[in-house]
Amino acid sequence: MNIVVCVKYVPDAQADRRFTSADNTTDRSGVDGLLSELDEYPVEAALALVEAADDGKVIVLTVGPEDATDAVRKALQMGAHEAVHVLDDAIHGSDAIATSKVLAAAIGKLEYDIVMTGMASTDGTMSVVPAMLAERLSLPQVTFASELTVTDGVARIRRDGDTSTEIIEATLPAVISVTDQINEPRYPSFKGIMAAKKKPLQTWSLADLGLSADEVGLSAAWTTVEEITARPPRQAGQIITDEGDGGTKLVAFLADAKLV
Amino acid sequence: MSQVLVLVDHIDGAVRKTTLELLTIAQRLGEPAAVFIGKGFENAAATLAEYGASVAYQVEGEGIEDYLVAPKAEALAQIVQGRAQSDQLAAVLIPSSSEGKEIAARLAVKIGSGLITDAVDVQASDGGPVTTQSVFAAGYAVRAKVTTGVPVITIKPNSAAPEVVSGAPASPEVIAVAVTVSELARSAKIVERRPKEKSGRPDLSEAAIVVSGGRGTNGDFSPVEAFADALGAAVGASRAAVDAGWYPHSNQVGQTGKQVSPQLYVANGISGAIQHRAGMQTSKTIVAINKDAEAPIFELVDFGVVGDLFTVLPQATEEVVKRKG
Repeated sequence: MNIVVCVKYVPDAQADRRFTSADNTTDRSGVDGLLSELDEYPVEAALALVEAADDGKVIVLTVGPEDATDAVRKALQMGAHEAVHVLDDAIHGSDAIATSKVLAAAIGKLEYDIVMTGMASTDGTMSVVPAMLAERLSLPQVTFASELTVTDGVARIRRDGDTSTEIIEATLPAVISVTDQINEPRYPSFKGIMAAKKKPLQTWSLADLGLSADEVGLSAAWTTVEEITARPPRQAGQIITDEGDGGTKLVAFLADAKLV
Repeated sequence: MSQVLVLVDHIDGAVRKTTLELLTIAQRLGEPAAVFIGKGFENAAATLAEYGASVAYQVEGEGIEDYLVAPKAEALAQIVQGRAQSDQLAAVLIPSSSEGKEIAARLAVKIGSGLITDAVDVQASDGGPVTTQSVFAAGYAVRAKVTTGVPVITIKPNSAAPEVVSGAPASPEVIAVAVTVSELARSAKIVERRPKEKSGRPDLSEAAIVVSGGRGTNGDFSPVEAFADALGAAVGASRAAVDAGWYPHSNQVGQTGKQVSPQLYVANGISGAIQHRAGMQTSKTIVAINKDAEAPIFELVDFGVVGDLFTVLPQATEEVVKRKG
Protein backbone atom coordinates (compact mmCIF):
# COMPACT_ATOMS: atom_id res chain seq x y z
CA MET A 1 0.00 0.00 0.00
CA ASN A 2 1.89 3.09 -1.24
CA ILE A 3 0.31 6.44 -0.62
CA VAL A 4 1.41 9.81 -2.02
CA VAL A 5 0.21 12.62 0.25
CA CYS A 6 0.19 16.10 -1.32
CA VAL A 7 0.85 18.81 1.24
CA LYS A 8 1.22 22.57 1.14
CA TYR A 9 3.46 25.06 2.89
CA VAL A 10 1.27 28.01 3.87
CA PRO A 11 1.57 31.28 5.80
CA ASP A 12 0.65 30.80 9.46
CA ALA A 13 -3.03 31.70 9.84
CA GLN A 14 -2.31 33.17 13.29
CA ALA A 15 0.20 35.58 11.79
CA ASP A 16 -0.39 38.69 9.74
CA ARG A 17 -0.99 37.14 6.30
CA ARG A 18 -0.60 39.49 3.36
CA PHE A 19 0.21 39.95 -0.31
CA THR A 20 3.38 41.06 -2.09
CA SER A 21 2.54 44.41 -3.66
CA ALA A 22 5.01 43.87 -6.49
CA ASP A 23 2.91 41.16 -8.16
CA ASN A 24 -0.18 40.68 -6.00
CA THR A 25 0.84 37.15 -5.01
CA THR A 26 0.66 35.69 -1.51
CA ASP A 27 3.68 36.71 0.54
CA ARG A 28 5.29 33.37 1.32
CA SER A 29 8.70 34.62 2.43
CA GLY A 30 8.00 37.61 4.63
CA VAL A 31 5.53 35.64 6.76
CA ASP A 32 6.28 32.52 8.82
CA GLY A 33 5.05 29.38 7.12
CA LEU A 34 4.30 25.82 8.09
CA LEU A 35 2.63 22.60 6.99
CA SER A 36 -1.02 23.51 6.39
CA GLU A 37 -3.01 22.38 9.43
CA LEU A 38 -5.53 20.66 7.21
CA ASP A 39 -2.77 18.57 5.61
CA GLU A 40 -1.93 16.86 8.91
CA TYR A 41 -5.15 14.86 8.57
CA PRO A 42 -4.25 13.11 5.29
CA VAL A 43 -0.72 12.43 6.56
CA GLU A 44 -2.23 10.74 9.63
CA ALA A 45 -4.79 8.84 7.53
CA ALA A 46 -2.06 7.61 5.16
CA LEU A 47 0.17 6.52 8.03
CA ALA A 48 -2.71 4.61 9.62
CA LEU A 49 -3.50 2.78 6.37
CA VAL A 50 0.12 1.83 5.70
CA GLU A 51 0.58 0.69 9.30
CA ALA A 52 -2.57 -1.44 9.08
CA ALA A 53 -1.38 -3.00 5.83
CA ASP A 54 2.03 -3.54 7.45
CA ASP A 55 3.50 -2.99 4.01
CA GLY A 56 4.24 -0.04 1.75
CA LYS A 57 5.12 3.56 2.40
CA VAL A 58 3.89 7.13 2.64
CA ILE A 59 5.57 9.54 0.25
CA VAL A 60 4.85 13.18 0.97
CA LEU A 61 4.93 15.59 -1.97
CA THR A 62 4.90 19.35 -2.09
CA VAL A 63 5.26 22.11 -4.70
CA GLY A 64 6.54 25.30 -3.17
CA PRO A 65 9.37 27.75 -2.58
CA GLU A 66 12.56 26.79 -0.76
CA ASP A 67 11.02 26.98 2.72
CA ALA A 68 8.36 24.47 1.71
CA THR A 69 10.81 21.80 2.82
CA ASP A 70 9.61 22.63 6.35
CA ALA A 71 6.20 21.24 5.41
CA VAL A 72 7.45 17.89 4.17
CA ARG A 73 9.87 17.70 7.07
CA LYS A 74 6.98 17.89 9.53
CA ALA A 75 5.27 15.04 7.68
CA LEU A 76 8.46 12.98 7.80
CA GLN A 77 8.64 13.63 11.54
CA MET A 78 5.09 12.32 11.89
CA GLY A 79 6.24 9.12 10.20
CA ALA A 80 6.10 9.56 6.43
CA HIS A 81 8.84 7.51 4.77
CA GLU A 82 10.06 9.71 1.93
CA ALA A 83 9.57 13.23 0.63
CA VAL A 84 9.60 14.97 -2.73
CA HIS A 85 9.81 18.75 -3.02
CA VAL A 86 9.21 20.28 -6.45
CA LEU A 87 11.18 23.50 -6.37
CA ASP A 88 11.52 25.87 -9.34
CA ASP A 89 11.42 29.66 -9.39
CA ALA A 90 9.27 29.56 -12.51
CA ILE A 91 6.39 28.09 -10.50
CA HIS A 92 5.93 31.29 -8.45
CA GLY A 93 2.48 32.79 -8.95
CA SER A 94 0.92 29.63 -10.44
CA ASP A 95 -2.84 29.28 -10.33
CA ALA A 96 -4.53 26.05 -9.17
CA ILE A 97 -4.68 24.83 -12.78
CA ALA A 98 -0.87 24.97 -13.13
CA THR A 99 -0.25 23.72 -9.58
CA SER A 100 -2.35 20.64 -10.29
CA LYS A 101 -0.44 20.12 -13.55
CA VAL A 102 2.90 20.15 -11.70
CA LEU A 103 1.61 17.86 -8.94
CA ALA A 104 0.16 15.43 -11.49
CA ALA A 105 3.47 15.31 -13.34
CA ALA A 106 5.33 14.56 -10.10
CA ILE A 107 2.80 11.93 -9.05
CA GLY A 108 3.25 10.34 -12.47
CA LYS A 109 6.84 9.53 -11.56
CA LEU A 110 5.88 7.76 -8.34
CA GLU A 111 4.27 4.39 -7.60
CA TYR A 112 1.07 4.60 -5.61
CA ASP A 113 -2.26 3.02 -4.74
CA ILE A 114 -3.69 6.23 -3.33
CA VAL A 115 -3.09 9.95 -3.87
CA MET A 116 -4.26 11.63 -0.70
CA THR A 117 -4.85 15.28 0.16
CA GLY A 118 -6.56 17.47 2.73
CA MET A 119 -9.92 19.15 2.12
CA ALA A 120 -8.47 22.58 1.31
CA SER A 121 -5.37 24.67 1.85
CA THR A 122 -5.68 27.19 4.65
CA ASP A 123 -4.51 30.05 2.42
CA GLY A 124 -6.22 29.60 -0.95
CA THR A 125 -9.11 27.60 0.54
CA MET A 126 -10.27 26.62 -2.94
CA SER A 127 -10.75 22.83 -2.42
CA VAL A 128 -10.16 22.29 -6.14
CA VAL A 129 -6.76 20.63 -6.51
CA PRO A 130 -7.89 17.09 -5.57
CA ALA A 131 -10.64 17.14 -8.23
CA MET A 132 -8.17 18.53 -10.77
CA LEU A 133 -5.71 15.75 -9.92
CA ALA A 134 -8.41 13.13 -10.46
CA GLU A 135 -9.22 14.73 -13.81
CA ARG A 136 -5.57 14.90 -14.91
CA LEU A 137 -4.61 11.43 -13.68
CA SER A 138 -7.86 9.80 -14.85
CA LEU A 139 -8.50 8.39 -11.39
CA PRO A 140 -11.70 7.99 -9.39
CA GLN A 141 -12.34 10.98 -7.14
CA VAL A 142 -13.33 10.14 -3.56
CA THR A 143 -13.29 13.42 -1.67
CA PHE A 144 -14.26 15.23 1.54
CA ALA A 145 -14.09 11.97 3.47
CA SER A 146 -15.05 12.18 7.15
CA GLU A 147 -14.63 8.42 7.44
CA LEU A 148 -12.43 6.15 5.32
CA THR A 149 -11.83 2.42 5.10
CA VAL A 150 -9.88 0.46 2.51
CA THR A 151 -10.76 -3.21 2.09
CA ASP A 152 -9.57 -5.53 -0.68
CA GLY A 153 -8.51 -2.64 -2.90
CA VAL A 154 -11.76 -0.71 -2.48
CA ALA A 155 -11.89 2.66 -0.72
CA ARG A 156 -15.14 3.50 1.04
CA ILE A 157 -15.88 6.92 2.51
CA ARG A 158 -18.56 8.90 4.25
CA ARG A 159 -19.01 12.37 2.81
CA ASP A 160 -21.17 14.88 4.68
CA GLY A 161 -22.71 17.32 2.22
CA ASP A 162 -25.04 20.28 2.68
CA THR A 163 -28.29 18.45 2.23
CA SER A 164 -27.34 14.80 2.53
CA THR A 165 -24.63 12.37 3.57
CA GLU A 166 -23.28 9.96 0.99
CA ILE A 167 -21.35 6.71 1.24
CA ILE A 168 -19.06 6.49 -1.76
CA GLU A 169 -16.90 3.61 -3.01
CA ALA A 170 -14.14 3.35 -5.57
CA THR A 171 -11.62 0.73 -6.62
CA LEU A 172 -8.00 1.78 -6.15
CA PRO A 173 -5.98 3.54 -7.40
CA ALA A 174 -7.89 6.69 -6.49
CA VAL A 175 -7.57 10.32 -5.37
CA ILE A 176 -8.89 10.64 -1.82
CA SER A 177 -9.27 13.87 0.16
CA VAL A 178 -10.03 13.87 3.87
CA THR A 179 -11.62 16.46 6.17
CA ASP A 180 -10.62 17.51 9.67
CA GLN A 181 -13.31 15.19 11.03
CA ILE A 182 -11.47 12.05 9.99
CA ASN A 183 -8.89 11.57 12.73
CA GLU A 184 -6.64 13.20 15.32
CA PRO A 185 -3.21 13.70 13.77
CA ARG A 186 -0.33 12.36 15.87
CA TYR A 187 2.32 14.66 17.31
CA PRO A 188 5.84 13.83 16.12
CA SER A 189 7.71 11.91 18.82
CA PHE A 190 11.30 12.75 19.68
CA LYS A 191 12.33 9.51 17.97
CA GLY A 192 10.34 10.56 14.90
CA ILE A 193 12.02 13.96 14.80
CA MET A 194 15.45 12.34 14.93
CA ALA A 195 14.60 9.66 12.38
CA ALA A 196 13.24 12.25 9.93
CA LYS A 197 16.72 13.69 9.41
CA LYS A 198 17.84 10.49 7.67
CA LYS A 199 14.80 9.96 5.46
CA PRO A 200 15.08 10.45 1.68
CA LEU A 201 14.11 13.95 0.56
CA GLN A 202 14.37 14.57 -3.17
CA THR A 203 14.19 17.97 -4.84
CA TRP A 204 12.85 18.05 -8.41
CA SER A 205 12.76 20.93 -10.90
CA LEU A 206 10.31 21.49 -13.75
CA ALA A 207 12.83 19.94 -16.14
CA ASP A 208 12.78 16.74 -14.05
CA LEU A 209 9.03 16.63 -14.66
CA GLY A 210 9.25 17.31 -18.38
CA LEU A 211 7.46 20.65 -17.98
CA SER A 212 8.59 24.00 -19.32
CA ALA A 213 8.57 27.36 -17.57
CA ASP A 214 5.92 28.80 -19.89
CA GLU A 215 3.36 26.26 -18.69
CA VAL A 216 3.43 27.56 -15.12
CA GLY A 217 3.87 30.68 -13.02
CA LEU A 218 2.27 34.10 -12.95
CA SER A 219 2.41 34.79 -16.68
CA ALA A 220 0.84 31.44 -17.54
CA ALA A 221 -2.01 31.85 -15.06
CA TRP A 222 -5.53 31.83 -16.48
CA THR A 223 -6.75 34.38 -13.95
CA THR A 224 -5.37 37.72 -12.90
CA VAL A 225 -5.74 39.81 -9.77
CA GLU A 226 -6.70 43.40 -10.55
CA GLU A 227 -6.74 44.90 -7.10
CA ILE A 228 -6.30 43.93 -3.47
CA THR A 229 -7.79 46.10 -0.74
CA ALA A 230 -7.13 45.58 2.94
CA ARG A 231 -10.44 45.63 4.76
CA PRO A 232 -10.40 48.03 7.70
CA PRO A 233 -10.61 46.06 10.95
CA ARG A 234 -14.05 46.18 12.52
CA GLN A 235 -14.49 49.08 14.93
CA ALA A 236 -14.84 47.86 18.49
CA GLY A 237 -18.46 48.23 19.44
CA GLN A 238 -20.24 48.66 22.71
CA ILE A 239 -19.47 46.12 25.41
CA ILE A 240 -21.42 45.95 28.66
CA THR A 241 -21.22 43.74 31.71
CA ASP A 242 -24.38 41.91 32.68
CA GLU A 243 -25.79 43.31 35.89
CA GLY A 244 -29.12 41.55 35.67
CA ASP A 245 -30.24 43.44 32.54
CA GLY A 246 -27.77 42.24 29.92
CA GLY A 247 -30.40 40.42 27.89
CA THR A 248 -32.75 43.39 27.85
CA LYS A 249 -29.99 45.75 26.77
CA LEU A 250 -28.93 43.33 24.04
CA VAL A 251 -32.41 43.31 22.57
CA ALA A 252 -32.67 47.09 22.87
CA PHE A 253 -29.54 47.29 20.72
CA LEU A 254 -31.03 44.90 18.17
CA ALA A 255 -34.27 46.87 18.08
CA ASP A 256 -32.38 50.13 17.49
CA ALA A 257 -30.56 48.44 14.64
CA LYS A 258 -33.93 47.29 13.30
CA LEU A 259 -32.88 43.67 13.59
CA VAL A 260 -35.83 42.82 15.83
CA MET B 1 -26.17 38.85 -25.92
CA SER B 2 -23.99 35.96 -24.77
CA GLN B 3 -25.44 33.23 -22.64
CA VAL B 4 -24.38 32.68 -19.05
CA LEU B 5 -24.70 29.08 -17.85
CA VAL B 6 -25.98 28.66 -14.30
CA LEU B 7 -25.76 25.23 -12.71
CA VAL B 8 -29.02 24.67 -10.82
CA ASP B 9 -28.70 23.57 -7.20
CA HIS B 10 -31.88 21.67 -6.33
CA ILE B 11 -33.37 18.79 -4.38
CA ASP B 12 -35.70 16.85 -6.69
CA GLY B 13 -36.57 20.05 -8.50
CA ALA B 14 -37.00 22.26 -5.42
CA VAL B 15 -34.64 25.05 -6.40
CA ARG B 16 -32.37 26.32 -3.61
CA LYS B 17 -31.95 30.01 -2.86
CA THR B 18 -28.34 30.02 -4.12
CA THR B 19 -29.61 29.27 -7.63
CA LEU B 20 -31.86 32.35 -7.54
CA GLU B 21 -28.87 34.44 -6.46
CA LEU B 22 -26.74 33.04 -9.31
CA LEU B 23 -29.48 33.70 -11.88
CA THR B 24 -29.71 37.30 -10.61
CA ILE B 25 -25.96 37.73 -11.03
CA ALA B 26 -26.16 36.04 -14.45
CA GLN B 27 -28.65 38.72 -15.52
CA ARG B 28 -25.84 41.28 -15.18
CA LEU B 29 -23.47 39.35 -17.39
CA GLY B 30 -25.65 38.14 -20.27
CA GLU B 31 -28.63 35.90 -20.91
CA PRO B 32 -29.07 33.37 -18.12
CA ALA B 33 -29.31 29.75 -19.25
CA ALA B 34 -30.02 27.26 -16.49
CA VAL B 35 -28.40 23.83 -16.54
CA PHE B 36 -30.64 21.31 -14.77
CA ILE B 37 -29.22 17.89 -13.95
CA GLY B 38 -31.30 15.25 -12.22
CA LYS B 39 -34.96 14.61 -11.52
CA GLY B 40 -37.84 17.00 -10.96
CA PHE B 41 -37.38 19.58 -13.72
CA GLU B 42 -41.16 20.13 -13.88
CA ASN B 43 -40.99 21.49 -10.32
CA ALA B 44 -38.19 23.90 -11.17
CA ALA B 45 -39.09 25.27 -14.60
CA ALA B 46 -41.38 28.12 -13.53
CA THR B 47 -38.98 29.35 -10.83
CA LEU B 48 -36.03 29.29 -13.20
CA ALA B 49 -37.93 31.43 -15.72
CA GLU B 50 -39.14 33.78 -13.00
CA TYR B 51 -35.57 34.58 -11.99
CA GLY B 52 -34.33 35.15 -15.51
CA ALA B 53 -33.52 31.85 -17.21
CA SER B 54 -34.71 32.24 -20.78
CA VAL B 55 -33.25 28.86 -21.65
CA ALA B 56 -32.90 25.68 -19.61
CA TYR B 57 -30.66 22.79 -20.60
CA GLN B 58 -32.28 19.69 -19.23
CA VAL B 59 -29.60 17.07 -18.86
CA GLU B 60 -30.48 13.41 -18.90
CA GLY B 61 -28.00 10.62 -18.55
CA GLU B 62 -28.33 7.01 -17.47
CA GLY B 63 -27.65 6.82 -13.72
CA ILE B 64 -26.28 10.37 -13.51
CA GLU B 65 -27.62 10.76 -9.93
CA ASP B 66 -25.58 7.79 -8.74
CA TYR B 67 -22.31 9.68 -9.03
CA LEU B 68 -20.98 12.94 -7.62
CA VAL B 69 -19.10 15.64 -9.48
CA ALA B 70 -17.55 13.89 -12.49
CA PRO B 71 -20.69 13.32 -14.63
CA LYS B 72 -21.91 16.88 -14.00
CA ALA B 73 -18.54 18.26 -15.08
CA GLU B 74 -18.78 16.15 -18.23
CA ALA B 75 -22.30 17.41 -18.95
CA LEU B 76 -21.27 21.05 -18.54
CA ALA B 77 -18.19 20.54 -20.72
CA GLN B 78 -20.39 19.03 -23.39
CA ILE B 79 -22.72 22.06 -23.32
CA VAL B 80 -19.80 24.51 -23.39
CA GLN B 81 -17.86 22.79 -26.15
CA GLY B 82 -20.78 21.83 -28.35
CA ARG B 83 -21.38 25.41 -29.47
CA ALA B 84 -20.57 27.39 -32.58
CA GLN B 85 -17.63 29.78 -32.42
CA SER B 86 -20.08 32.65 -32.80
CA ASP B 87 -22.10 31.48 -29.82
CA GLN B 88 -19.56 31.70 -27.02
CA LEU B 89 -20.53 31.98 -23.39
CA ALA B 90 -19.98 34.97 -21.11
CA ALA B 91 -19.41 32.75 -18.06
CA VAL B 92 -20.35 29.56 -16.23
CA LEU B 93 -21.70 30.20 -12.71
CA ILE B 94 -21.73 27.42 -10.13
CA PRO B 95 -22.63 27.51 -6.41
CA SER B 96 -19.69 27.37 -3.99
CA SER B 97 -20.73 24.12 -2.31
CA SER B 98 -18.10 21.40 -1.99
CA GLU B 99 -19.60 19.54 -4.94
CA GLY B 100 -19.96 22.80 -6.89
CA LYS B 101 -16.30 23.70 -6.50
CA GLU B 102 -15.18 20.27 -7.60
CA ILE B 103 -17.45 20.35 -10.66
CA ALA B 104 -16.04 23.79 -11.50
CA ALA B 105 -12.49 22.47 -11.01
CA ARG B 106 -12.87 19.55 -13.40
CA LEU B 107 -14.79 21.68 -15.91
CA ALA B 108 -12.04 24.32 -15.94
CA VAL B 109 -9.38 21.71 -16.70
CA LYS B 110 -11.55 20.04 -19.37
CA ILE B 111 -12.35 23.22 -21.29
CA GLY B 112 -9.04 25.01 -20.68
CA SER B 113 -10.56 27.94 -18.78
CA GLY B 114 -9.53 29.99 -15.78
CA LEU B 115 -11.34 29.35 -12.50
CA ILE B 116 -12.29 31.72 -9.68
CA THR B 117 -13.87 30.27 -6.53
CA ASP B 118 -15.87 31.71 -3.64
CA ALA B 119 -16.76 35.00 -5.29
CA VAL B 120 -18.94 37.21 -3.10
CA ASP B 121 -19.78 39.52 -5.99
CA VAL B 122 -19.55 39.46 -9.77
CA GLN B 123 -19.95 42.55 -11.96
CA ALA B 124 -19.84 42.97 -15.70
CA SER B 125 -17.02 44.93 -17.31
CA ASP B 126 -15.70 45.47 -20.81
CA GLY B 127 -13.03 42.85 -20.31
CA GLY B 128 -15.42 40.23 -18.94
CA PRO B 129 -16.84 39.48 -15.49
CA VAL B 130 -14.93 40.92 -12.53
CA THR B 131 -15.18 38.98 -9.28
CA THR B 132 -14.72 40.04 -5.66
CA GLN B 133 -13.43 37.57 -3.08
CA SER B 134 -12.98 38.00 0.64
CA VAL B 135 -9.70 36.35 1.68
CA PHE B 136 -7.45 35.68 4.70
CA ALA B 137 -10.35 35.55 7.16
CA ALA B 138 -11.91 38.63 5.53
CA GLY B 139 -8.69 40.65 5.93
CA TYR B 140 -8.62 41.54 2.24
CA ALA B 141 -11.00 42.06 -0.67
CA VAL B 142 -9.57 40.82 -3.97
CA ARG B 143 -10.84 41.82 -7.43
CA ALA B 144 -9.95 39.42 -10.18
CA LYS B 145 -10.83 38.17 -13.63
CA VAL B 146 -10.38 35.10 -15.76
CA THR B 147 -8.04 35.75 -18.67
CA THR B 148 -8.27 32.49 -20.61
CA GLY B 149 -11.30 30.64 -21.90
CA VAL B 150 -14.88 30.89 -20.64
CA PRO B 151 -14.79 32.21 -17.05
CA VAL B 152 -15.77 29.49 -14.60
CA ILE B 153 -16.84 31.16 -11.35
CA THR B 154 -18.19 29.66 -8.13
CA ILE B 155 -20.26 31.99 -5.96
CA LYS B 156 -20.94 31.94 -2.23
CA PRO B 157 -24.47 32.00 -0.77
CA ASN B 158 -25.89 35.44 0.12
CA SER B 159 -23.86 37.19 -2.58
CA ALA B 160 -26.87 38.82 -4.22
CA ALA B 161 -30.49 39.56 -3.39
CA PRO B 162 -32.56 37.41 -5.77
CA GLU B 163 -34.44 39.51 -8.34
CA VAL B 164 -37.50 38.40 -10.18
CA VAL B 165 -37.66 39.40 -13.85
CA SER B 166 -40.90 41.21 -14.59
CA GLY B 167 -42.79 39.89 -17.59
CA ALA B 168 -40.81 36.63 -17.62
CA PRO B 169 -42.37 33.74 -19.55
CA ALA B 170 -43.99 30.94 -17.57
CA SER B 171 -41.20 28.54 -18.51
CA PRO B 172 -37.76 28.71 -20.09
CA GLU B 173 -37.12 27.35 -23.56
CA VAL B 174 -36.10 23.77 -22.82
CA ILE B 175 -33.18 22.19 -24.62
CA ALA B 176 -32.71 18.49 -23.94
CA VAL B 177 -29.11 17.37 -23.57
CA ALA B 178 -28.28 13.69 -23.66
CA VAL B 179 -25.02 12.89 -21.91
CA THR B 180 -23.12 9.62 -21.98
CA VAL B 181 -21.49 9.30 -18.59
CA SER B 182 -17.95 8.02 -19.12
CA GLU B 183 -16.39 4.99 -17.48
CA LEU B 184 -14.08 7.30 -15.54
CA ALA B 185 -16.98 9.39 -14.26
CA ARG B 186 -18.61 6.22 -12.98
CA SER B 187 -15.54 5.05 -11.14
CA ALA B 188 -16.61 6.48 -7.76
CA LYS B 189 -20.14 5.37 -6.96
CA ILE B 190 -22.63 6.57 -4.38
CA VAL B 191 -23.68 3.36 -2.66
CA GLU B 192 -25.88 5.00 -0.05
CA ARG B 193 -27.47 8.40 0.39
CA ARG B 194 -28.97 9.68 3.64
CA PRO B 195 -30.88 12.96 3.27
CA LYS B 196 -30.35 15.42 6.13
CA GLU B 197 -33.23 15.66 8.58
CA LYS B 198 -35.02 18.95 8.36
CA SER B 199 -34.64 20.95 11.56
CA GLY B 200 -37.55 23.25 10.89
CA ARG B 201 -35.13 26.14 11.15
CA PRO B 202 -33.73 28.13 8.22
CA ASP B 203 -30.76 26.76 6.30
CA LEU B 204 -27.54 27.93 7.94
CA SER B 205 -25.84 29.24 4.80
CA GLU B 206 -28.97 31.11 3.68
CA ALA B 207 -30.31 32.46 6.99
CA ALA B 208 -30.57 36.19 7.67
CA ILE B 209 -29.86 35.60 11.36
CA VAL B 210 -27.58 32.99 12.90
CA VAL B 211 -27.37 32.26 16.63
CA SER B 212 -24.40 30.07 17.59
CA GLY B 213 -23.21 28.20 20.64
CA GLY B 214 -19.72 27.19 21.68
CA ARG B 215 -17.77 25.66 24.53
CA GLY B 216 -19.55 27.95 27.00
CA THR B 217 -22.83 26.09 26.49
CA ASN B 218 -21.31 23.05 28.17
CA GLY B 219 -23.39 20.87 25.90
CA ASP B 220 -26.73 22.53 26.64
CA PHE B 221 -27.86 24.38 23.54
CA SER B 222 -31.41 24.99 24.77
CA PRO B 223 -30.98 28.74 25.53
CA VAL B 224 -29.26 29.16 22.14
CA GLU B 225 -32.09 27.36 20.34
CA ALA B 226 -34.79 29.27 22.20
CA PHE B 227 -33.26 32.62 21.23
CA ALA B 228 -32.82 31.43 17.65
CA ASP B 229 -36.46 30.37 17.48
CA ALA B 230 -37.65 33.70 18.90
CA LEU B 231 -35.75 35.44 16.09
CA GLY B 232 -36.55 32.88 13.38
CA ALA B 233 -32.85 32.21 13.07
CA ALA B 234 -30.61 29.30 12.10
CA VAL B 235 -28.47 27.65 14.80
CA GLY B 236 -24.70 27.44 14.39
CA ALA B 237 -22.00 25.75 16.44
CA SER B 238 -18.33 26.32 17.01
CA ARG B 239 -15.80 23.65 16.20
CA ALA B 240 -15.32 22.94 19.92
CA ALA B 241 -19.03 22.22 20.30
CA VAL B 242 -19.07 19.97 17.25
CA ASP B 243 -15.92 18.09 18.27
CA ALA B 244 -17.48 17.53 21.71
CA GLY B 245 -20.45 15.94 19.96
CA TRP B 246 -22.92 18.57 21.17
CA TYR B 247 -24.11 19.60 17.71
CA PRO B 248 -23.82 18.11 14.20
CA HIS B 249 -20.97 19.06 11.90
CA SER B 250 -23.47 20.40 9.37
CA ASN B 251 -24.12 23.28 11.79
CA GLN B 252 -20.44 24.11 12.26
CA VAL B 253 -19.51 27.69 11.46
CA GLY B 254 -15.85 28.17 10.71
CA GLN B 255 -13.04 27.58 8.28
CA THR B 256 -13.72 23.86 8.00
CA GLY B 257 -17.47 24.21 8.40
CA LYS B 258 -19.75 26.77 6.82
CA GLN B 259 -18.82 30.34 6.13
CA VAL B 260 -21.85 32.54 6.72
CA SER B 261 -22.53 36.18 6.11
CA PRO B 262 -25.92 36.91 7.67
CA GLN B 263 -27.45 40.24 8.68
CA LEU B 264 -26.97 39.30 12.33
CA TYR B 265 -24.63 36.81 13.99
CA VAL B 266 -24.96 36.12 17.73
CA ALA B 267 -22.06 34.17 19.27
CA ASN B 268 -22.71 32.61 22.67
CA GLY B 269 -19.96 31.04 24.75
CA ILE B 270 -17.60 31.24 21.78
CA SER B 271 -14.10 32.59 22.34
CA GLY B 272 -13.59 33.70 18.73
CA ALA B 273 -10.50 31.76 17.61
CA ILE B 274 -9.37 32.48 14.05
CA GLN B 275 -10.84 29.18 12.82
CA HIS B 276 -14.29 30.42 13.86
CA ARG B 277 -13.80 34.00 12.78
CA ALA B 278 -13.00 32.84 9.25
CA GLY B 279 -16.55 31.52 9.17
CA MET B 280 -18.50 34.61 10.28
CA GLN B 281 -16.32 37.69 10.13
CA THR B 282 -18.22 39.31 7.26
CA SER B 283 -21.60 39.21 9.05
CA LYS B 284 -23.23 42.67 8.92
CA THR B 285 -23.86 42.91 12.67
CA ILE B 286 -22.08 40.78 15.27
CA VAL B 287 -23.17 40.35 18.87
CA ALA B 288 -21.56 38.12 21.50
CA ILE B 289 -22.16 36.87 25.00
CA ASN B 290 -19.22 35.44 26.91
CA LYS B 291 -18.16 35.16 30.54
CA ASP B 292 -14.59 36.11 29.62
CA ALA B 293 -14.09 39.83 29.01
CA GLU B 294 -10.79 39.03 27.23
CA ALA B 295 -12.32 36.68 24.68
CA PRO B 296 -11.09 37.63 21.17
CA ILE B 297 -14.68 37.58 19.88
CA PHE B 298 -15.24 40.94 21.60
CA GLU B 299 -12.82 42.56 19.14
CA LEU B 300 -15.32 41.83 16.40
CA VAL B 301 -18.63 42.78 17.96
CA ASP B 302 -20.97 45.69 17.43
CA PHE B 303 -22.45 44.86 20.82
CA GLY B 304 -21.15 42.51 23.49
CA VAL B 305 -22.30 41.31 26.88
CA VAL B 306 -19.78 40.03 29.39
CA GLY B 307 -21.94 37.59 31.28
CA ASP B 308 -23.38 34.11 31.56
CA LEU B 309 -25.33 33.04 28.47
CA PHE B 310 -27.59 30.96 30.73
CA THR B 311 -28.95 34.15 32.31
CA VAL B 312 -28.52 36.66 29.50
CA LEU B 313 -30.05 34.61 26.67
CA PRO B 314 -33.32 33.61 28.39
CA GLN B 315 -33.86 37.26 29.36
CA ALA B 316 -33.13 38.33 25.78
CA THR B 317 -35.52 35.66 24.45
CA GLU B 318 -38.30 36.86 26.71
CA GLU B 319 -37.69 40.45 25.60
CA VAL B 320 -37.86 39.50 21.91
CA VAL B 321 -41.10 37.56 22.44
CA LYS B 322 -42.57 40.53 24.32
CA ARG B 323 -41.65 43.00 21.58
CA LYS B 324 -42.99 40.77 18.85
CA GLY B 325 -46.26 40.71 20.73
